[in-house]
Formats: sequence, structure tokens, C-alpha cells
Amino acid sequence: MDEARQMTTILPRKGVVIVGLGWTGSILALELARQGLDVVAIERGPWRDTATDFNIGTAADELRYSARQETLVKPAQETLTMRNTPAQTALPIRSWGSFLPGSGVGGSGMHWNGQTWRFLPNDFVINSHLTARYGAAALPQGHQIQDWGVTYDELEPHYDAFEYLCGISGVAGNLRGKIQEEGNPFEGARQRGYPTPPLKQGYAQDLFAKAAREHGLHPFPRPSANLSTAYTNTYGCSLAPCTYCGFCERFGCANYAKSSPQTCVLPALMREKTFEARTECEVTKVNLSADGKHATGVTYVDKDGVEFEQPGDLVLLCAYALFNVRLMLLSGIGKPYDRDRNEGVVGRNYAYQSSSGSTAFFESARFNPFAASGSLGVTADDYNGDNFDHGGLGFVGGASITSAHTNGRPISYRPVPPGTPTWGAAWKRATADTYQKVTTVNAAGSVMSYRDCYLDLDPTYKDPLGRPLLRMTFDFQDNERKMARWMAEHCVDIAKTMGAKQTVLNTITEPWSVVPYQTTHNTGGAVMGSDPKTSALNKYLQSWDVSNVFVMGASAFPQNAGYNPTGTVGALTYWALNAIKTTYLKNPGPLVTV
Amino acid sequence: MVYKTRREVLAASAVAALATPALGRTISGEMPWEPNDAHPPAPVVPGPLQFLTPDEAATIDAIVDRLIPSDELGLGGKDAGCTVFIDRQLAGSYGTNETRYTKGPFPEHTLPSQGAQSPLTPREQYRNGLAALATYCKATFDGRAFEALSAAEQDTLLKGLQKGDVKLPGFSAKMLFAAVHTNAMEGYFADPVYGGNHEMAGWKLVGFPGTRYDYRDVIANPNQPYTRPPVSIQGRAEWTKPGK
Repeated sequence: MDEARQMTTILPRKGVVIVGLGWTGSILALELARQGLDVVAIERGPWRDTATDFNIGTAADELRYSARQETLVKPAQETLTMRNTPAQTALPIRSWGSFLPGSGVGGSGMHWNGQTWRFLPNDFVINSHLTARYGAAALPQGHQIQDWGVTYDELEPHYDAFEYLCGISGVAGNLRGKIQEEGNPFEGARQRGYPTPPLKQGYAQDLFAKAAREHGLHPFPRPSANLSTAYTNTYGCSLAPCTYCGFCERFGCANYAKSSPQTCVLPALMREKTFEARTECEVTKVNLSADGKHATGVTYVDKDGVEFEQPGDLVLLCAYALFNVRLMLLSGIGKPYDRDRNEGVVGRNYAYQSSSGSTAFFESARFNPFAASGSLGVTADDYNGDNFDHGGLGFVGGASITSAHTNGRPISYRPVPPGTPTWGAAWKRATADTYQKVTTVNAAGSVMSYRDCYLDLDPTYKDPLGRPLLRMTFDFQDNERKMARWMAEHCVDIAKTMGAKQTVLNTITEPWSVVPYQTTHNTGGAVMGSDPKTSALNKYLQSWDVSNVFVMGASAFPQNAGYNPTGTVGALTYWALNAIKTTYLKNPGPLVTV
Repeated sequence: MVYKTRREVLAASAVAALATPALGRTISGEMPWEPNDAHPPAPVVPGPLQFLTPDEAATIDAIVDRLIPSDELGLGGKDAGCTVFIDRQLAGSYGTNETRYTKGPFPEHTLPSQGAQSPLTPREQYRNGLAALATYCKATFDGRAFEALSAAEQDTLLKGLQKGDVKLPGFSAKMLFAAVHTNAMEGYFADPVYGGNHEMAGWKLVGFPGTRYDYRDVIANPNQPYTRPPVSIQGRAEWTKPGK
């Protein structure tokens, strides 16, 4: 070890060192390079671009990208250990299942589906709001639900910036306080409409919209980063219209039709003279000054295991949410969360997303599930957040209820009626008969934060560099189980109104498992807030403890809302950037003092 | 599977030319794009087995043909090339767990929610599992191998393996069944470039059009049959017939 350390090469100092070149890293790199700063982004995966890596001749390959997960971080390089409760022994996730963290330039923003939401205004003040409306006793046992320290109104211009970066396709529901018939009447007020019109919808979505209205709901096309028309964004990068190819999630888009760092940022970023990307280099540690209050830069190893030290003035953690938390723990940034003493903040308030709903079998229909896009879909938000009265329901939180087809790729998508064997002649017959005749109504729900759901370093399992893996302790709690079932019952009712001959209610009945895919919406662990005792970051995503470290991503969410996270991750990035540009760079130091 | 690209070669030589030590890959000033540099998969070509032994392949042929029988709906697993697919997958990086986390310890008691915890590679699962199955069949069916059993006997045995009711000597019956079932389905429904899904039988079974990548016309005409035949990464056989 000592010999290896002596061989560490110390590189010339940079103004900004960025860890991870996905959505948040690429946006910050471009904006800060344009401020004249020397910026280096260090990315452990390879460079990836559309023409080469998602070429139209090879992109539509389910085995390679979905089953064999070619663009994800390899568990052999980094994974987590997992257990459901603090009393159990965690074991490593040996192959990805429940969630799929990306690797390489573009990060998970390259292989996402593209559903791009704003959270509800109440979501950001959820503890205050629920306590005022229902009383503190209505909040679930063991919860650590807390306000974000930032409001929807503060974030609105930054949601707008991210939507216009991406060219999001959708229809406004609330324009400067005026409710719009076609959009989501529950959304917060927006200063202007979406940059591009909504996607066209499929047959199932037409049935759903009609049925949802019969149930008194307010369906609308969900906001999509698979674009309905060509669009040139704020950085001069151009995107093309979506062709509904059905290869979004787990895939790069060969059509330049999905918003991603590749389509929206990198062409502009790479022209910046003061920017440099280092790929296939893994940051192992943020280095701190002797008093632990100042980051001096980062240490990384290249793919041959050669170690480098990259000094820098400002360090931005832009890795996947879970890996930001691990890097903070490995570097000693902030006090680690101790569940038993209920102290410390790094690793605290890990949350996820709940999924429930109904599978609907029709007598005769041609849903053509392969004609799809990752964020095609019609949603109703009547049961999201606190848009409905929770009095007497026994749970808090909510879900977006959606009819969607994201793909019909047949290695993984082969629905059959319940009771069908998994092989043999009867399986084959049912598979052939059912493929066209099934659709779903799904509820993507919030997950609150709890004392028993958290991240820390595993005592046993290590990565190839000998560093402890992150340990995840998580299960869906009673509140989320009740909520998921309540939502699923509504989904079943809607599916019946749509004309299904048979419906199946899907809800959470077992302990959370790492095996079946659920969602790549892991949140928390380095949450933002207004109290350093319960948050790792201040409202500008700046570490309370090390003021020249900012931490981007969904790791900052104090709990998760009933939406996919990327829209809010983008808004928080522009929000933090604004604080860095207008305040921090002029006078580096803590932006909030308590 | 190894995807060798020209770009990697160029990148390697560029790094070697730097005066400073290797930094992984440094990219600055422009998009590092090379014309005609894509990463196509290496197509599976017919030929000798690369991992399975002839006996193992005969057993896999028999199993995949019960999992996916040949009938009026289309080819069975064997004729669709599932065995070739499995052989080539096992011969490649999938067979040796190149991406999987394989460090121990491997405790005896695990939670179902923690997923598979076996130290065995897919190659070891097939080699050891098929050997255990061969031993079991020989002892139980009067010296006959799995492939020599009647279809009804094979189905009964496969159901027992799937449920774990049948105990194989020294190997988990459920693990063997799960490996072959998962890989057979992959082979039947993956792009034919990987050696299975012959004549796009899997895609025709459900009506999946493959890699056409543009369904704007389908979205514009809801609830209508899709009538165009499927297309693979390698196109369609009709397009590449000799003499064309």
C-alpha cells in the first residue's frame, strides 16, 4: 500500500472537479466552464455517444442491453449489500434486479425512460403540511418525514430551465395560476407551457382516459423526454422526433429523440476550451484538509489501477444517488447516520418508490405493445401527494396512476393470465394468445422516510479496491403497503371500466426484494434541509460540513414523492448552480449558517 | 462477447503517446467521434459446440423442446436454436460471470429477497447440474438418459426439478431448472444474431416486429393488426440470399 501511495501522481490543480458525467455533472460542467473555470469531470465508465454506442443498426438489442445490462455499472466493480431490517445480515446484490444504476458518460440519464415530472408544491413542505392538516399523530410510526428546506416556488424557474434543456413534450395544467383543461390541474403554477406538444398516445391510453373521466379523474398525457417533434434546446443542441420504437429504458436512443446528456449537453460541453473529461477513471475518495472542513481535491484510479490525485477548489459529487452517499462515507464528509442512537446524517432517510396496480386482460384488442416509448402514457394525479383527503385512510402519500406501454420486448415482456404454466404447450398457447390483449393501470407511489430505512458501510463485503460496499437496509413499511393496496384497488376499478374481461390486483405482499425489476428511483442518504442535525446538505445542496463540496442528485430528497425523480433532480441542479454562480464563486464558504 | 472497436485501438495508442502517465482516457476540445465506428455484436455462426459436450447438448436439446414444444404455433426450442444460443452464451463472458459480484463469504442461510447468492458461474451450473441430472436419470430410469425418456416422463421430471421436489445428487434441482429455463427463453426471444430465435420463431409467436424501430404508423392507427414481418439486426434472410 505504501509503495502504491508513493507512486500517486499529483496532477495540476483545477477550479472544479466533478465526480460522474451524467445529467447533473454535464450541466454543471458546461455552465461552470462558461464562467471561465477550469473544469474536469472524472467518470468511471466509458465515453458513449449516439452514433457509436447506440447506432441504429445495433441499438435495438434486448439481450445485450436489457438481459446482459451492458451499459450498467458492473456489480463486480461496485454493488451494494442489502437486508430488509437492521437485525438481519446484509448480503451483496450479485446481479442487478430491482434497480439498474448506469455507468459511463450519460450515466442513468442515458438509459432512462424519460418521464419528467415536477413534484407537487406540498411535497416540498410535506411534514408541515400533513401536520397542519391531519395532526402529527397521522404520520406513520417510526417516520422521519421532513420538509426540504426549498419550496416549489423557489424551484419553478429551475424546473423550467431543465424542461427547456430537454425539450419536454407535454401540456400545461396550471399556467401562472390558470387551470388548463388538457393538462394536470394539480400541478404547481408554471411560468410557461412545455417546450413541445405531448406525444401521441396508443389504444390503451385512449381507453384509460375515457374510463378515468368516468371515474371523475383528470387524465392528461404525461410529460415526456421522448420528444414529439424536433427541438433545438437552450445550448443549441438538436433533438429529433420519437418514432415509438419501444427501446428506451435500458437503451440509448438511436434517433436522438430522447433527452439525455448525449443529446442535450455534451455537443455543447465538448466545445468548451476549459473542460476536460477523464473516462474509465474511478474516484476513490474526496480528500479533506487536516481539520476535515475543506476538500483539497479527489483521488482516483484509472482502469490499470494507477492512482492519481486531482487537486481542486470546488468538488461536485454527481454520481448516482447511492454512490454519492458511499463516497461521502468513504471520505468522511458529514457525520455517518447511526440508526441505534438516531444520530448523524450521511445515509439517513434512504427511500425508494412503490409500485402497484392492475394487469388487465381483454377479450379482443390489439394494443401493439411494441409501438411504445419510455414516457408514452396518460396519467391521473387525483390520488397523488395530498391531492385527496387522507382522513380515515390510515396512510399518507400518494401515487400517479398511469396507463402506459413502454415496450413490448419479448425476452422480458410476455404476459400470460394467472395460473398459466411457465413452460410447455399451454404456456406457448397462452403467450401467443395474450401478447396483444393485455395492458396495465399502474400506480407509482411515494415512499416516506423512516428511522429503519438507511444506508451505511457494510462490515464484511468489499469492492475490488478493498473499500467497503454500501449497505442498504430497506423494506416497504405499513404506510406504503396500505397506500399501494388502496391505489391498486382504484386501478382495478378503472381497468374494469376500460373493458377488461379479467383483472389482476398487483400490490406489495412480500418483503422488498432485489430480484424483480421495480424502479431505479433510489432516493435520500444525503438529504437537503434546514437543520444540520437531520440533513447532510443545506438548501443549496452544499455539504454543511465541507463547504466546497456540493452533492447533486436524488440523494438529496428527504423522502420520495409519487413521481419519477429526474425532473426534480434537474431542477435542483440548476437551483444549486444558480447559488454557486451568483453567490458561492464570489465568496466561497457556507451559503447557509445556523 | 468481446466488442473490439477501432476506437479502442486508437484510444490506446493515443494514451501511449502521452508524455504524462496514463489517465484512463482524456477527452477535450471536441466530440471524440470516429466515422463508421459502431460496436456490432459478433454473429453466432453454425459450427461445433464451444462449451457443451455432445451429451450435454443432447440433454439440453431435449429439455428446451419440452419447455418450448414444436407445434402448429411454430418451432420448438431445439429447432429454434436454443441449444446453440446457450452453448455460445456459456462460451462467452456470460458463462464466466464477468460482470457479477463474486466475492465471498457465501453464507448457508440467505433471505429470498437477497437474490441468488451462489458462487457458481453459469458454466459450473450447467456442467455440474447436467452431470447430476445424468446420474439421477441413470439411477432412476433404468439406465436411460434424460433424452431417452418419453415426453410425459420428461415433463414430470422437469416439473419436479422446477419445484425442487426431485433431489439431484449434490446439486440444486431448482438452480439447474432456472438456468435452463431462463436461457432457453432468452434464446427463443433474443435477436437471431445470437444463434437462437431461428426464422424469428419467437418473435412470430407473439407478433414482435424486432428491430424496425419506427412505429409512428401504428400509433396513428390504434387497435389495428400489424402485418409487416419481423426484422433482425442482420436484416431478413430474404435480403441476404446468395446471388442477391
